[in-house]
This record gives sequence, structure tokens and C-alpha cells, in this order.
Amino acid sequence: MIVAEKKPMEEVIKEIKDYKNILLLGCNECVTVCEAGGKKEVGILASALRMYFLNQGEEKRIDEVTLERQCDHEYLEEIRDRIDTYDAVLSLACGVGVQFMADKYISIPVYPGVNTCFLGATEKRGLWTERCQACGQCILASTAGICPISRCAKRILNGPCGGSTNGKCEISKELDCAWQLIINRLKAMGRMDDYEILLDIKDWSSDRAGGPRKVVREDVQE
Amino acid sequence: MRLSYPTSVKIIRVPCTGKVDVIHILRSFEKGADGVYVVGCMEGDCHFNKGNFRARKRVAQAQKMLDDIGIGGERVRMYNLSSSEAPLFVRFAKEMFDKIVELGPNPIKLAKKKNINRQTEAA
Repeated sequence: MIVAEKKPMEEVIKEIKDYKNILLLGCNECVTVCEAGGKKEVGILASALRMYFLNQGEEKRIDEVTLERQCDHEYLEEIRDRIDTYDAVLSLACGVGVQFMADKYISIPVYPGVNTCFLGATEKRGLWTERCQACGQCILASTAGICPISRCAKRILNGPCGGSTNGKCEISKELDCAWQLIINRLKAMGRMDDYEILLDIKDWSSDRAGGPRKVVREDVQE
Repeated sequence: MRLSYPTSVKIIRVPCTGKVDVIHILRSFEKGADGVYVVGCMEGDCHFNKGNFRARKRVAQAQKMLDDIGIGGERVRMYNLSSSEAPLFVRFAKEMFDKIVELGPNPIKLAKKKNINRQTEAA
């Protein structure tokens, strides 16, 4: 899932302070799971903002809506009939949702309420870690299901490097060496022979370095 | 044991303090409460294992949020006691009451009143 973090209150206040009618738009998907922009967070932020502006002597209308998703036309369409009653939207969705909202409702200012961080997993409640960099050419089949692109600081394909000590990476004692994890798992599966197979130079043209990407599936298009 | 505590304290019963969320605390202030305190069981004695620890963290989150928006985090507190400690319950109620008297009324309540007065004058 996409992992995001709440923006500090001061930054959010700065973004919306000049508007009178504001819609706080949450998203029921990834940002709900990482507790940054779901219905609950929308409620808390809206309540706090209402109190802040009231305390400043400003009358503002701050409404709360949480959509199933903000990255699909059909869900964003649900607010079409009321969007014109707002001066701005504070979206608590990931960067994708904020941009899709901006694309769809061209004359309404949209502000982000969260910082979108990475593609990751919930290790435990309150701890999310990066697991994928969406490089577009998955090599997990050759690396025992552990991704050196997202989890190795150097993104090396044939590791570990000399900076790996006692299973930890040289950039931080708390960070596992991805290649040590790969070796441990290969051993556990009895597939250490696979470690001897060198990975070819990776085709990075499908990564972000090749510019914004798109996936086209004519077979499912209408 | 007929003990008395300040009459302005309104009790909202929950099955466990683990039920109390940040939004409940914030909404209380939005509705004009001058302070909120959560009274849970002794730490380690939660019937649902972690309820009172969860409540403590949520109280801390609400405190931070109220500080950020200028209402003051001191208006929220977490207390722990066991169900047979009525005198302690009274002490906490009085302590909170004194704290609120010292801090004064919830600024949101005053701001709301000001708004109503302004609207009436305009009309």
C-alpha cells in the first residue's frame, strides 16, 4: 500500500487559512490503513481546525467527506454536485488522490493534508516500512522474495557490499542488510545454489528515471 | 461512603477507557467542555489487557493537538485508579476542577458566544 504521514498542523493551517468554505476529503484506502487520512483522521483534523479558526475569531465552514478512493473517477464524481459550494479542498489522500482531484475539478484549489512517503507494509501498528520502489521490472523471483532495489541503500543486484556488518547496513545499525536477509532466506529454503547466479544489469528504462510512466491495457479498455 | 465531588463534573460511562478516542475528546471541547479527564483502571489491570494504555496514548495525542491549536493540552488528563478507590476518584475530580478554575473557561466557548453576539448585533 501507499504509506503517508500526517502533515504538521501549522502547515495545514497555513495552506487553508485564506479560504472560508473548506472540504476535508479523506480516502478509505491506503491512507486509512496507515492512519493518516481516513475517516477518523478527517474527523479529528476537521474538529481541530474548526476550533483553531473559531479561536482566531474566524468563521469558517469545514465539512468532512471520506471517499472510497480518490484515484478513481467514479468515487470522485460523488462530490460533483457539492464541490462548487467550497472555496478549497484539503485532501488527505496520497499524492495520487490529490492530483486526480486537481485534474477533475480544475477551478477548485486542492491542498495536500499528508506527506506521501513510499510503498510499504504495516510491520505492526504504528510501524510502516518500505518494500517496493515500483521500478517496473520485478526481480523478486531471483532474490528470494526480498527486494534489494527498495531495501538495500545502494540498490545493488549482487550483494552484500562491504558495508554489511552482523546483518546490518552501514548507513544505520537499525537497518537490516537486504542482502543478508536474502541469504538467510535462501538458506532457509535450501536454495543457496541460487546465490551463485549473477543477476544481469537491470533495465532501468521502466523505472522513474525514464520519465512519468503509464500502463496501457487495450484488452480491458472500453 | 457518601463522598461529594464538584457538580460541574459530568460522567460519561464507557465500557473501557480503550473505547475513548481522540475525536471524542476533541468534540467535547468543540461542544464547550472546559476540560476532559479520562479515568481508567490501574495500569496492568485492564480487563481488555491494553485499554488503559491505549487511552493514555490517545490522551497524549489530544493534548498535543490542543496545544497546536491554542486551546491548551493541560485541559486533558489521564488518571488511573481501581474501582474501590472512591476517595481517590474524588481527589482526581477536585484536582481537575481546580486546574480548570486556574486555566479559565474553554476559549472555544467564549469565541462561540462572541460570534452569536456579533450575529445578533448585525441582525
